[in-house]
Amino acid sequence: MDWLVKVTIQLKESILDPQGQAVKSGLEALGYKNIADLQVGKYIELTVSDEDKEQEVSTQVEEMCQRLLANPVIEDYNYEIEELA
Amino acid sequence: MKFAVISFPGSNCDQDVCHVTGEVLQVATEILRHDVRQDLTDYDTVILPGGFSYGDYLRSGAIARFSPIMEDVINYAEAGGLVLGICNGFQILLEAGLLPGAMKVNDSVKFVCRQVAITVESSETAFTGGLTRGETLQMPVAHQEGNYYIDPAGLEQLKADDQIVFRYLNQEENPNGSLADIAGVCNQEKNVLGLMPHPERASEKILGSEDGKKIFASLLDYLSSREES
Repeated sequence: MDWLVKVTIQLKESILDPQGQAVKSGLEALGYKNIADLQVGKYIELTVSDEDKEQEVSTQVEEMCQRLLANPVIEDYNYEIEELA
Repeated sequence: MKFAVISFPGSNCDQDVCHVTGEVLQVATEILRHDVRQDLTDYDTVILPGGFSYGDYLRSGAIARFSPIMEDVINYAEAGGLVLGICNGFQILLEAGLLPGAMKVNDSVKFVCRQVAITVESSETAFTGGLTRGETLQMPVAHQEGNYYIDPAGLEQLKADDQIVFRYLNQEENPNGSLADIAGVCNQEKNVLGLMPHPERASEKILGSEDGKKIFASLLDYLSSREES
């Protein structure tokens, strides 16, 4: 069984995001004055193949996020796992 | 005396460091490949140079941190070996967990390449033993991710343990928005140092500053006195 994994990574809420601030001020310059907050993050898609249990995929993705995909010192991550037909 | 400079795919200051330590300071210096395991115990110092290892993909230093030789660098550091990370080398040491904290994109969201003034905050490392606390050094920076961050508890720990080794002179000199104007930190044991400015680009008069050489000179003094004792 193959699985599609969608990982999103963002700076922790308590940490000021310089890219987010720059994009927010860009939107404000375009006239969008009602943007309360904006964060720039990362989106990673990966396919895990030949795995029977979603739980196994989840354990693996959790480990990959901790070790490489995110830096837990400054970033939070979330992921969704979908079964591929 | 013998130095190792680790070359990762995308390192671009390995030759500059090798020139300064090898030619200017006359210390035998070898450039080691990132993908070959090495026994580093014979080297007196291991230097991780600047550059854009693995294209800075994902996060600066994040992928280089898993190069095969990094396992040897970690063992070497844990055994008390001297490790210096410059710019991208600093970022790799943070990703490897050999130094505390992390790098964010510069507050300006721009690549900043200019001369900055930094102050020496600790002379308790092998790299700064010949310098005086409060002394100002002129050195260039060249980076887009040098915005050092550590959580409040971590910052207190750095201060308590005298781990902040360099700061930008003031907010105007701070090129990236780093927390507490931090330009360089060491580990608790003080054998691993990382800094964003490039001492190897400020070690010859023709390049506009020789202040960077003071860091290498401190290191040589430390190693010479260690050899004598």
